[in-house]
Amino acid sequence: MTDAVLNTPRRRHDLTSTAAQALVRKRYAAERRFKFFGVAAIVFAAAFIVFLVSDIVIKGAPAFVEHRLTMKLTATSQQVAAEGKTDRASLLQGDWMAVVRSGVAGYFPEVTQRAQRSKLYNELISSGADIDIRNRIIADPSLIGKPVEASVLLSDDADLYFKGSVTKRLERTGRGNGTVSGTTGDVQFASSGSDFVDDVSRIRSDLTRAANLARLEVMRLKAAVQTVASDRRASLEEQINRQVERLADLDRRGLATGGSEKIGDNTASVLLRLNGGVIKVTELGDKSISGTVLIPLKSNVDAKAGDWQIVTLNTPEGSRKLSDQQISWLDRMKDEGLVSRGFAWRFFTSGDSREPEQAGILGGLIGSALTMLVTLGLCLPIGVGAAIYLEEFAPKNRLTDIVEVNINNLAAVPSIVFGLLGLAMFLNTFDMPRSSPLVGGLVLALLVLPTIIIASRAALKAVPPSIREAALGLGASHQQAVFHHVLPLAMPGILTGAIIGMAHALGETAPLLMIGMVAFIVEVPKSLVESATVLPVQIYLWSDLPEAAFQAKTAGAIIVLLMFLFCMNGAAIWLRKKFEQRW
Amino acid sequence: MLLIFLLLVATLVFAAFLVGKKRGAALYPARAPSGLQSLALTNVHSLPVYHGLFTASLALAPMLVALLIWSNFAPSIIRSAAMSAAPVISTSVEANRKVLEEQALYRDVQMSAGLLNQSKDLTKPELKSAAEAYNRTQLQLNGLLLALAAAGGLAGAYLGLKRIKPEFRSRNAFERVVKWVLIGCSAVAVLTTVGIVFSVLYETLNFSSRYPFDKFLTGTVWSPSSLTLGALPLFAGTLLITFIAILIAGPIGLFAAIYMSEYASRRFRNVAKPVLEVLAGIPTVVFGFFAALTVAPLFKGLGDSIDLTFGTNLGVASESALAAGLVMGVMIIPFVSSLSDDVITAVPQSLRDGSYAMGATKSETVKKVVLPAAFSGIVSAMMLAISRAVGETMIVVMAAGLAGNLTWNPLEAVTTITVQIKTLLVGDQEFDSPKTLSAFALGFMLFIFTLILNIIALRIVRKYREQYD
Amino acid sequence: MDMTMKPEFQALQAASAAASAPAAVTARGVNVYYGTKHAIKDLDVDIPEKAVTAFIGPSGCGKSTFLRCINRMNDTISICKVTGDIRLDGSDIYDKALDVVQLRARVGMVFQKPNPFPKSIFENVAYGARIHGLTQSKADLDQLVEESLRRASLWEEVKDRLDQTGTGLSGGQQQRLCIARAIAVSPEVILMDEPCSALDPIATAKIEELIDELRRNYTIIIVTHSMQQAARVSQKTAFFHLGTLVEEGPTNTIFTTPRDKRTQDYITGRFG
Repeated sequence: MTDAVLNTPRRRHDLTSTAAQALVRKRYAAERRFKFFGVAAIVFAAAFIVFLVSDIVIKGAPAFVEHRLTMKLTATSQQVAAEGKTDRASLLQGDWMAVVRSGVAGYFPEVTQRAQRSKLYNELISSGADIDIRNRIIADPSLIGKPVEASVLLSDDADLYFKGSVTKRLERTGRGNGTVSGTTGDVQFASSGSDFVDDVSRIRSDLTRAANLARLEVMRLKAAVQTVASDRRASLEEQINRQVERLADLDRRGLATGGSEKIGDNTASVLLRLNGGVIKVTELGDKSISGTVLIPLKSNVDAKAGDWQIVTLNTPEGSRKLSDQQISWLDRMKDEGLVSRGFAWRFFTSGDSREPEQAGILGGLIGSALTMLVTLGLCLPIGVGAAIYLEEFAPKNRLTDIVEVNINNLAAVPSIVFGLLGLAMFLNTFDMPRSSPLVGGLVLALLVLPTIIIASRAALKAVPPSIREAALGLGASHQQAVFHHVLPLAMPGILTGAIIGMAHALGETAPLLMIGMVAFIVEVPKSLVESATVLPVQIYLWSDLPEAAFQAKTAGAIIVLLMFLFCMNGAAIWLRKKFEQRW
Repeated sequence: MLLIFLLLVATLVFAAFLVGKKRGAALYPARAPSGLQSLALTNVHSLPVYHGLFTASLALAPMLVALLIWSNFAPSIIRSAAMSAAPVISTSVEANRKVLEEQALYRDVQMSAGLLNQSKDLTKPELKSAAEAYNRTQLQLNGLLLALAAAGGLAGAYLGLKRIKPEFRSRNAFERVVKWVLIGCSAVAVLTTVGIVFSVLYETLNFSSRYPFDKFLTGTVWSPSSLTLGALPLFAGTLLITFIAILIAGPIGLFAAIYMSEYASRRFRNVAKPVLEVLAGIPTVVFGFFAALTVAPLFKGLGDSIDLTFGTNLGVASESALAAGLVMGVMIIPFVSSLSDDVITAVPQSLRDGSYAMGATKSETVKKVVLPAAFSGIVSAMMLAISRAVGETMIVVMAAGLAGNLTWNPLEAVTTITVQIKTLLVGDQEFDSPKTLSAFALGFMLFIFTLILNIIALRIVRKYREQYD
Repeated sequence: MDMTMKPEFQALQAASAAASAPAAVTARGVNVYYGTKHAIKDLDVDIPEKAVTAFIGPSGCGKSTFLRCINRMNDTISICKVTGDIRLDGSDIYDKALDVVQLRARVGMVFQKPNPFPKSIFENVAYGARIHGLTQSKADLDQLVEESLRRASLWEEVKDRLDQTGTGLSGGQQQRLCIARAIAVSPEVILMDEPCSALDPIATAKIEELIDELRRNYTIIIVTHSMQQAARVSQKTAFFHLGTLVEEGPTNTIFTTPRDKRTQDYITGRFG
């Protein structure tokens, strides 16, 4: 038996044994795992891009749309030409907001109180609402005193309401016949159907949820009371007592049946629309409510089933910028057919503003264009010149070696350090104008110079030496060979590098903050030495602002910036593909 | 003004070129219109166009020198002329307030001068005489520049024209000019480094004379408003965020590179490579926006929804180091992947073949043969990525905190070197307060740290390339 | 010349003429160093005017290096150092006062691999004339281009497509274009560095024919690896070995009765 085994020729390791096969299976499993990690890494990167881009597009899309009122406005000569002069300069001095106010007032005769007027005119209408009518009348002063159709810009909050981002608004029709007690002030309303059952139960379930949270809080506090020092225990116990009381109240109200419930600041608002007016519900039962009139009713006749509506505003009044009253006014404007929606050209045609609805990226775009002009004008010739010298003419010695190492390192120096250089050198030492495209362009030129030198050198190196030799053999000087033959052949590569470098510069922000390009600048810059801002800095500035409308503007500006970068990189790829040459 | 100057320069240079070219062409002997000419027949060395170019460059040089000298002296002359005519401002005791007041006054004078030029009413009539002096001096100096430049240009052109002779090698002369211009271009890159080192180092020394540098390096409390400038929390914060970033970018970038170079089909590569390039092309301010407005709230929400005990949840700061680090990690993925891709592809195929021939699988070959061979290159890729992350500004400015917490908890807010440089230098600055100057000291630390990383990494890469080339 | 004459006899006649012809290029005591490598040692040679001289020898023997000394193409290699005396028509080409660019206009060069500029055929030929200012009018230039292409026997093949790029021609045509480009500058000497090594036999035959034509007007020096080629086209042959000139003389003498053992070994194929 053993002899037989020894005599049969056999391998040291039996590859068909189960152990060996298990090992092979294990190795293949490891192989698949390894491969999976590779795919997962790439998928992660791709997914991140998709997430980022879609997030920004969703956030930014509203920036390209705006809402405005279109209405007939009549400018009286008292308002706009008090001294009877109708030349441009005196008309510019006119009180054009008064024209707009009186136009809007035509639709809201009941708004007379000072506080109310301010809520309507200052918070719903933009401070730039008068620009359109002003321009129209300055263009044709004979229109003074006549009704002119003009567009009136809404404020950012009003605009956001129409875009649906202030609150979710649900409207349903009343099913029962309603009776109302009055047309103004506090009123009672009763319906023959159980129209408010759902609202009452929703409010009660909100109360129950609040009660549960309060219960957890009480438990947490009670746990904490054991560990806390004795001197703080008293105040903590007092806190517990308050919570317990609140909890009891919440529980009672949440579990109640029948009766009525109040609508607080933290509950969704309910509005009734009937007889041409709006009632804000303050307390409601299954069939009846009591409330305050927001917009006077035309009459207190009974409203038949289907003739009145219940509006629910999901975001509680306490947590949104617009009150129920203001929303009722906006709804009214919409019902009157005043509100129109259009492409926000203003976003591209105006400079920065403190008011989100008037802010645009023109200042940033022009600033970026001027800055890029300086950058390109400096770094392309200097970069290509340096590359030509280093690649073609420089003797190979220690000095050029140091220059080369230096350029490679410079390419990896953090961009903010270039900003420090700009601040210390250009602003403090050379006393150049702060925040100007000139200094910005200079700093960015130094920043992208290494990139362009490296790309240009690679492009020059790729031109085969036989071309140089051919020219030299004909009696061309070294410079003639380079400028007549090598450089034109390297140009596509150089330009590709330059475009990529410029795209980098266009998106660069940090060094520009250092040289003061963060100032709030309304004016669109007209020269290289004026204060200006650039698109990425504009993005940074807007991203810091609290108004919700600026968030959309920020994302909108990012979309524009990414579009530019996309085009530039596309051009670089196209150039590379088109002139790709193999020797 | 600049326009007039440029016009003058352009005209003179172009005229010099044309005249030079014409003189150069006149050097050739008259010849039969159609006969081909052998070089041996003439003794003219250079083409007419080179005579023109050489004359033009001789005309241009003095004009540029004139501009350089002028721009060095003119602003201060104008300033002193205007300020001597300005009303004397209250002499503050503090020298540095006085400087600020003078600066403000001079700005007003400049503005008034501008208004005066447009014949508008002055907002500050008391500055009228100063504004007039400003405008007058400026006009005189502008005229001086134009006259100087014109004289210099003409003299240069005259010298150039005088040298035009058949045997004069104007091509060689012009090529020497071009060569020096090219050398000048290369010098810009070197001068940039010198400029960075000097300006940052100068202000850092300035800082260390007002604040003990050892306290700056080792202090654990960072509170610029109370002039307590211990930078340790900033270094720690920077390292924490960088660590999170490299924890994400390292494996993902490396695996992406391995997959792309070893496994991916040509078609997949053609899709995946642009994806990573897109990532590299997104401006950091966009990443910052995304980190601050999407990722950080997401993490905070997630943390709030994780209950630990009785309503105490996993508190995540709204400016957590984790959010900033994660987004920064994604930002530096392309740096890791493209460099690693390069070094992995540079590993000779023969090494892989040896491993395959022994029956190793692809992943075993990668793990046991390719990666060890490419190890130094990959390390340098990581180092370059780290240097990128340390110096990155916008993501942390927008998504990281401002308070210098000395903590290793990634869920808390930390601040970084770059955030503080930005915070200290944006807005009004006083250039003699240690608070402002500390920004330069921080910048110096940043520069030195990234420089060391870069030098080591680039040296490794160079060695690596030599090994396999 | 009588066209019915046998080619061998023709060559013989030319060789005897070459031997008595005045030298176009004379080199005395030339040494070339690449860094520390001594590439050419103490070389003396005379190149006869209006004849073809072939440099033969094994790879790395210095024949190409010496060729590149004659129009100072070695100047482009920074580590290369040349000493000794090389004269073109009696004037020192390494004279400090001499402009190398003008030297190269007098000594044209054709390279191993055809290297036309990636420009039009016309521009390829016209370039030399442009940089040296040889023509004053467009008509002159047209005439020069046509004449040069005719001399390079390329005119008939390309006259209808002068504006097409030179890199689109076949290898043999490209090399003839390079020759046309070289003669457009009307050089006195044309250096050819293995001009046929990248070409097929038919294209090679055409180039050889062309070289034979050109020798009526130009002094030609050709470096070649092919001994048959040297025998076919040259009147004088110089054999290089390890950086020294071993032997020179009329081609038929070198190939039939070499004086040196090394020459004999090489041409009979014992090494090289």
